[in-house]
Amino acid sequence: MSSRNLILAALRENQPEFSALPDLDGPISLETEPVEKFKTLATAIGSKIFEVSNFDQIKEVIIKQFSAKARIISSFEELAAIAETDIKGINPHLLENTELAILKAQLGVAENGSMWVPELNMMQRVLPFICQHLALVVYKKDIVSNMHEAYQILGNSNTGFGAFIAGPSKTADIEQSLVLGAHGPRSMTVFIMN
Amino acid sequence: MKDHAELSEEFNKDEARVDWHDETLWFIREKRDKAVHTIPEWEWLRETGSQIKNNVLSNLSVYLEQFESNALANGVKVHWAANAAEHNEIVLSILKGHQVDRMVKSKSMLTEECHLNDYLTGNGIEVIDSDLGERIVQLANETPSHIVLPCIHKKKEEIGDLFHEFLGTAAGESDPQVLTEAARQHLRETFMTRKVALTGVNFAVAETGEFVVCTNEGNADMGAHLSEVHIASMGIEKIIPERKHLGVFLRLLTRSATGQPITTYSSHFMKPRQGQEMHIILVDNGRSRQLGRADFRNSLKCIRCGSCMNTCPVYRRSGGHSYHTAISGPIGAILAPNLDMKDYADLPFASTLCGSCSNVCPVKIDIHEQLYKWRQVLVKDGYVSPVKAISMKAMAFTFANPTVFEVAGKSGRWFMKNFPSLVSNKLNPWYKEREMPEPPKESFREWYSKNRKIT
Amino acid sequence: MTVGLFIPCYVDQFYPNAAIATLQLLEKLGVDVVYPKKQTCCGQPMANSGFSHLTGGCDDLFTELFEEFDYVVVPSGSCTLHLKDHLHSDKHPESAKGLRKKVYELVEFLTDILQVKELNAKFPYRVGVHQSCHGLRGLHLSQMTELVAPAFSKPNQLLSMVDGLELVDLDRTDECCGFGGTFCVAEEAVSSKMGKDRVADHIKHGAEYITSADLSCLMHMEGILHRQKSNVKVVHIAEILNGI
Repeated sequence: MSSRNLILAALRENQPEFSALPDLDGPISLETEPVEKFKTLATAIGSKIFEVSNFDQIKEVIIKQFSAKARIISSFEELAAIAETDIKGINPHLLENTELAILKAQLGVAENGSMWVPELNMMQRVLPFICQHLALVVYKKDIVSNMHEAYQILGNSNTGFGAFIAGPSKTADIEQSLVLGAHGPRSMTVFIMN
Repeated sequence: MKDHAELSEEFNKDEARVDWHDETLWFIREKRDKAVHTIPEWEWLRETGSQIKNNVLSNLSVYLEQFESNALANGVKVHWAANAAEHNEIVLSILKGHQVDRMVKSKSMLTEECHLNDYLTGNGIEVIDSDLGERIVQLANETPSHIVLPCIHKKKEEIGDLFHEFLGTAAGESDPQVLTEAARQHLRETFMTRKVALTGVNFAVAETGEFVVCTNEGNADMGAHLSEVHIASMGIEKIIPERKHLGVFLRLLTRSATGQPITTYSSHFMKPRQGQEMHIILVDNGRSRQLGRADFRNSLKCIRCGSCMNTCPVYRRSGGHSYHTAISGPIGAILAPNLDMKDYADLPFASTLCGSCSNVCPVKIDIHEQLYKWRQVLVKDGYVSPVKAISMKAMAFTFANPTVFEVAGKSGRWFMKNFPSLVSNKLNPWYKEREMPEPPKESFREWYSKNRKIT
Repeated sequence: MTVGLFIPCYVDQFYPNAAIATLQLLEKLGVDVVYPKKQTCCGQPMANSGFSHLTGGCDDLFTELFEEFDYVVVPSGSCTLHLKDHLHSDKHPESAKGLRKKVYELVEFLTDILQVKELNAKFPYRVGVHQSCHGLRGLHLSQMTELVAPAFSKPNQLLSMVDGLELVDLDRTDECCGFGGTFCVAEEAVSSKMGKDRVADHIKHGAEYITSADLSCLMHMEGILHRQKSNVKVVHIAEILNGI
């Protein structure tokens, strides 16, 4: 018998009596001010927050912080003046010198300051991880209270790949000292768009 | 092989270091407490997580088949490994199939359980661990001492020395910021050049065929998205029924583990990247056997948060290596005897049964009760010293016979000889750092005979 | 109401004053207390070592001696928990089952059954409370710090009725002292270290006495205090509540 069938047969033999799934409608606390909560949590995990109402304001922030020579990549056509906006088909290894990526988050989650980014918004899967700095744009209306709400919105959409991203890459492996910029981005900037 | 007591005695020779280890882990327990107290429905979440996992255990074969067919439909190759050896052979065959002799690997306690690194190295494959803590223990030629914090036993100066030797940092440099930067540069080169990346799996969803990998560093993603081949190794118990259940587990996992509200990255892998090959290896390695042990099957609910280690007063003062198994601490002590009762007979006894582990467990595994039950099994099956068995029989006889007890026990005489050590006084380890109580003039029963009516 | 008094074996032999205080306190509160003299041990030392199959004689004896009472009161959380969880008797299965529900640790008997509202006791000292793990996580004598649930403490509730007593706060309110039955010798190094750390927490916060509903923990900590020649003393909670 193949290992597959051996394992499945052993499981069928040893599984306990069927136990039903619980209801997920529990005493889940909802945020009265999800945007404020999101800002607090995102700041606490090391993100920098800017509330903006248009892309010019985003450009202003970027230009102040990054030199004109830095490689900036963005999925927003509105930022074409300061960023590459088409990297389709490029070998992902060639993104290694990306200084900043500016991408769109589909959702923000108030309870933990994370944002959901589906593959489609990443341009390339590796981009939000390989860039030295990451900026995500999230619309105010897309900020939900908690993970339960987030998954309700995501449903069973098959986007190939997607990630909740919460703050800059970090590690505390050396004596529990927090260091930002482990392997991924050294900083996370969040633009909350009105 | 040295047992837990001997290894902890060695660990305790440097008391200042024990204090440091204890306080570092207690600090994480405190961060966990702070985080969970911001969630009023925390206990409901734990109960819900526990019930979902109960459902999974009762229907595991069905969920695995469902997961397999959905993963296949997503273009992922699915492998089944009955044991560690088969898992390792599958990994090697994938590497050989691509004529590759170097691999980058992110955190996977399953591959530690399977001793994959040793196996691959023996077969001429170079493996580099990319999680900072795992890279550190790899350079030190050690194993992780904690499932979430692999090098929590190491001081920054020791890590500085390792990095000086292997990564060329300045001698005496021990600033975590500088050391982390050195590792970042060194591992970036690794990510850029490895064609095969192996990752672990935190959760796999039967309904969608996707799997979720949680990291703070981003190393799993760097490896996977730059590779031509992504191998994900998972224990078969990692399955959950539906995607919405991730909402429950992602809320529980990191708050329990480190006190963070969520890991930096919770990556959901559904399909391979265009042009990439993705493999999932479903590993049993004793899990189906554990599922058949009614008293111990709940141990398979574990989501590997490590909170039972951080809270365990014994773990904090004995270090992860004292458990001499891949998964250390209280959860390791109830998992390991399933793998080998003889080798791990000491572990269920490495506990005071204080119960803190069961209280922090995000899926409510009755860890300390299982420790108690393993003790009964190990004694009955003959894995405990015969000397202990003889003295226990003598004790049981005394306690079952009141007249024997009364004669033996006047004013603590019997106890001075027999309790709590069951060995002679001079060699009694109790006395190393403690005194025994002064035997009083009379026992309570003697006092009672003089002062109250006897019944 | 007739209460059977169970005095655990090591309390009988080493800490008769705690047993006497328990008896006197219950009598003062108007309880009819009987001490069956043939009693020995609850069986926990064997069971926690993995030898629960040897406790049959112990269990039968306990069941025969105590089945007639309305309640059984024990001045030890650990022994109480063992009886509640594990007492069984092939000879008298029904009696043993009934007894498991009738066994009470002293503190919970005072707060839950007698519902004591005041005590005539004075103890003008700074006191640290040691939460024994079995009393805490097994019998829920106090809220456990791991849980997100409302705080309460039955021992503190009673101690707050004692004149002059000042409770001290600890850094770690409910960490184990490391006794653990045979663990204290089988794992001597870790056990001693746990005990030393626990004692140090009380000393750091200026406790003059360490009290608990469990004498096994107190015996462990006392052993360390004596070795360190400390002035800090241990005292069973019954002795404070009875008014020494």
